[in-house]
Amino acid sequence: MSHDLDELKRELLNEIAKSGTLEELEAVRVRALGRKGLISERLKGLGRLAADQRREAGAALNRLKQEVADAIAGRRAELERAELARRLESERLDVTLPARPVPRGRIHPISQVLDELVEIFADLGFSVAEGPHIEDDFHNFTALNIPEHHPARQMHDTFYLEPDPETGERRLLRTHTSPVQIRTMMAQKPPIRIIAPGRTFRSDSDATHTPMFHQVEGLVIDRDIHMGHLKGCLEAWLSAFFEVDALEMRFRPSYFPFTEPSAEVDIRCRREGGRLVIGEGDDWLEVLGSGMVHPKVLEHCGLDPAEWQGFAFGAGLDRLAMLKYGMTDLRPFFEADLAWLEHYGFDPLDVPTLAGGLGS
Amino acid sequence: MKFTLAWLKRHLDTDAPVEEIARTLTRIGLEVESVEDPRPLLAPFRIARVVSAEPHPNADRLKVCMVDTGDRTVQVVCGASNARAGMTGVFAPPGTHVPGTGVDLKPAKIRGVESRGMLCSERELMISDDHEGIIDLPADAPLGASYMEYAGLDDPVIDIAVTPNRPDALGVAGIARDLAAAGCGRFKDEKIAPVPATFASGLDIVVEDETACPFFAGRWIRGVKNGESPDWLKHLLSAVGLRPISVLVDITNFVNLDRARPLHVYDAAKVQGAIRARRARPGERLVALDGREYECFGGECLIADDRGPLGFGGVMGGEASGVTAETTEVIVESALFDPVLTAETGRRHGIESDARYRFERGVDPAFTLPGMELATRLILDLAGGEPGDVVSAGHLPEGRRTIAFAPERVESLGGLALERSEIRAILGRLGFDWQEEVAGGRVHVRTPSWRPDVEGEADLVEEVLRIAGYDRIPAVSLPRGSGVARPILTAGQKRARRARRCCASRGLKEAVTWSFMDGDLADRFGGDLRLALANPIASHLNRMRPSVLPNLVQAAGRNRDRAREVVGLFEVGAVYHGPEPEDQEEVAGAVRAGMAGPPHWAEPQRPVDVFDAKADALALLEALGVPVDRLQVRTPGPDWFHPGRSGMLCLGPKKVLAHFGELHPGILSDLDVRGPVVGAEVFLDRLPGRRRKGGAARPELQASRLPPVDRDFAFLVPADLPAEQLIATVRGAARELIEGIDLFDRYAGEGLPEDMVSLALRVRLRPRERTLADAEIDEIARRIVAAAEKRCGARLRG
Repeated sequence: MSHDLDELKRELLNEIAKSGTLEELEAVRVRALGRKGLISERLKGLGRLAADQRREAGAALNRLKQEVADAIAGRRAELERAELARRLESERLDVTLPARPVPRGRIHPISQVLDELVEIFADLGFSVAEGPHIEDDFHNFTALNIPEHHPARQMHDTFYLEPDPETGERRLLRTHTSPVQIRTMMAQKPPIRIIAPGRTFRSDSDATHTPMFHQVEGLVIDRDIHMGHLKGCLEAWLSAFFEVDALEMRFRPSYFPFTEPSAEVDIRCRREGGRLVIGEGDDWLEVLGSGMVHPKVLEHCGLDPAEWQGFAFGAGLDRLAMLKYGMTDLRPFFEADLAWLEHYGFDPLDVPTLAGGLGS
Repeated sequence: MKFTLAWLKRHLDTDAPVEEIARTLTRIGLEVESVEDPRPLLAPFRIARVVSAEPHPNADRLKVCMVDTGDRTVQVVCGASNARAGMTGVFAPPGTHVPGTGVDLKPAKIRGVESRGMLCSERELMISDDHEGIIDLPADAPLGASYMEYAGLDDPVIDIAVTPNRPDALGVAGIARDLAAAGCGRFKDEKIAPVPATFASGLDIVVEDETACPFFAGRWIRGVKNGESPDWLKHLLSAVGLRPISVLVDITNFVNLDRARPLHVYDAAKVQGAIRARRARPGERLVALDGREYECFGGECLIADDRGPLGFGGVMGGEASGVTAETTEVIVESALFDPVLTAETGRRHGIESDARYRFERGVDPAFTLPGMELATRLILDLAGGEPGDVVSAGHLPEGRRTIAFAPERVESLGGLALERSEIRAILGRLGFDWQEEVAGGRVHVRTPSWRPDVEGEADLVEEVLRIAGYDRIPAVSLPRGSGVARPILTAGQKRARRARRCCASRGLKEAVTWSFMDGDLADRFGGDLRLALANPIASHLNRMRPSVLPNLVQAAGRNRDRAREVVGLFEVGAVYHGPEPEDQEEVAGAVRAGMAGPPHWAEPQRPVDVFDAKADALALLEALGVPVDRLQVRTPGPDWFHPGRSGMLCLGPKKVLAHFGELHPGILSDLDVRGPVVGAEVFLDRLPGRRRKGGAARPELQASRLPPVDRDFAFLVPADLPAEQLIATVRGAARELIEGIDLFDRYAGEGLPEDMVSLALRVRLRPRERTLADAEIDEIARRIVAAAEKRCGARLRG
């Protein structure tokens, strides 16, 4: 019996080892361990033996069954590995082929710079105000202390709509974002801290002037805001915007009808082989106009200049973009040329944050 | 406003170098645009004498000159035809940079003869265009001396930008006063002594309209000789870019620039009867000093005699009554003209003049008569003659105001703490009178007559600050709220920002295009005639845009023409439906043209189609929080789209949130844009607000863990049935169990009736509480099919 089993074991293990495919291995398994297999049949025959013989033979047979099963499992794993290797070899692809293209969108520099400014001014407690692009004389000129005969009101500077056939009233395209100051002061009680970015229009066209451009206006009104605050505020935001520690600035007396005192603001810079470096050097670059809101402007808005005062400033948004990001010509900003947008535009994931750095 | 350092020093006692003066000017609000200092360039050029001039042995046109430079004699080869022995000229030694030629001189051999330096022409020194010969100086010119000092060329020219509120700084004297106030020298405030009359002229002056011309003074001067001006005057005028004309004209120009006091000189022989300041009648004609003839609109301020107009008051005189070389009798005018009328006259007739420039900004009334006396003095000194009496008409306004001023406003408004004494001293130096203590701690400050711009306390604060120096104002941080800065964007602002980044993340490039466009094209996009521009910058930019699509379509066309195969652009901005603020609407528009993507080995390349536009619209709406599964498509879209390939996305029956489609081929061909072009426009202001109930927390997840069941249905439906209707019907048949429906196949053609189309849907059922039995699933399927049959005329394909 035991000799017989040894023979059987040798034979089966040999067949298992020789089987070259999973199918051959399965055939061996069925012949040995199937319902009518060699080992199964022998196990069924145990019942005919006497009890003491049965225990011994049973144990031997079960050992054999286990050994064969283990051998099959081992061989199966081997064959599977080999087959997987064959499959992988057959599935080989040229992975240097180009991947499916995902188009790369772009954010316009004006929008990006606007988002940067909003980030900065939100931190300083400003909200963002907006106003209509089609304005009237009152909001664009009169309330801003720009008198009737002022040259800025002439047709060569200001775009006008055809007059209303019934009333004769002539609307205009706002020449600056300052009318938003007026609308804000007329609509809400101080304290006020706003910036007002947006489209502005002037009848002008060359490398640095386009008939439409963008400004950002700032307005702070409270009881005791003075020119020192104007300086502090401008220093804070320009340093943050240009990402320069303590940007050096120069305040020059100037004139705007809607501020008194008025100041133009220069920042320190140098030009190096056609490139502008901001924050160092011996040169100055004018970046914005500003001043204390003129008492007449406050009065036009129904605010008592004896109680309320504050400052305003206005800068060219497109110009800020040009200074920071190195464009030298304004006109392509509005031409929607893909090459320009791809080069100067920003990835939509580049959302400016104070925590992450505005321009990085 | 240009002036020279020497000119400034006629009014300012200072040793300050020009750099310091320039810095101070900018610091006090008289912004320096440029300083041209010729001294470093001209310093090496010295006066020298030509001792001998012999013919060059090897060249006919050259001469070999021995030149005495004052300390030695050098040999110079010179090609000038006027080089001759005994002449006095200007010599440059080797090492000199010659500005006119850009050459650095070196000792050289010219045609074999050594030359050590150069005799120069005026052009070589860049002092004129004269290159006829070398500079030929009078024999008494000091040998060896600096030529630029001798010729008065050592005078830097300063150019400043004067803001419109500072008419006083349009005269060199006014600039000197400002500089002195800022501590840069002492202002020589010379009194001008009246010149007594030596005869009664009988001049008759009448002011008919004191609004236009409040005051007019005239003075007859006889026996003048109108020759060339003396060198000093010619130098000053040419240095600032004015061509010397004749001494009488030069004197008026000089006083104008020196004192911001425009004058006019008439040839008295050409004036008949009284001189009148009156309003022009329409059609009156005047040939002005610029040689052009002007026809009056009526209402201009005219200076006229019995025969007719002599000039536009404050703007420009007439040619006929102007002075000439033959003039011997003159009438000098010093008058005041209304700023607004002067500006209007100049503007309507297109006349720019130095007089207009000053009168429209405001001329010092108190200097009207001193200006006349100054001009008289200069005429007598430089052109001779005898002065008549000063005749005037009208009333001289005082031009001064009194302002109640609280000196502490310098600190409370200007942010600079200054001693009261310093404030008072600054204002005093600027010509303001200070009257101590009136009431309530305020003082009375009288403005000087030359500062019409100073109207109130804030102006006085600016005066004090600009002279004290804006740089002295300490920067102060704005008060900050405690804690973290709060969000500040409005819902609309957040939508616009999100719309931009949504479009860009879909591969579109952001464009910013004009708010205006071509009117005819605008009309095809629903334009409004009320939004026509009266003065467009170009005829094709004459209307406010009713849509962002046309500008984007044209931009797409331009990019296609630059061989761009894949074009995707978007713009978030305003469109205009009327002139009122509420007619302005914020939209996001997207346009795609050409191919949907670049050619690729794994996917066939395809042109863009209406579903790209629809996808853009839906992506935007979804990103902006619109419940897109509740949107309905209405067809067709607006007229500018293909009527069969466009639609509107609506929330409810009326609320159009977006439209999309293939651009109408007719519009594309008119615009000469290669198709296909598709576009979408989303109306950001019309979108429902995002509601957030119960704060930031989300409701608890109610996901079913039971396995889903997918069932496919292929329906045969009428070809004109909107697929959306079939999907909605199927969903309605088992709303509580259907998790999703995908339309995965659409087939029409062979094997199907012509007016039918096959739509295949995969419906995913998600049981909520227990696994669905086969019978239940079959029952749902039957409901779906029945509903589709009943509502959509659909038939399940076998």
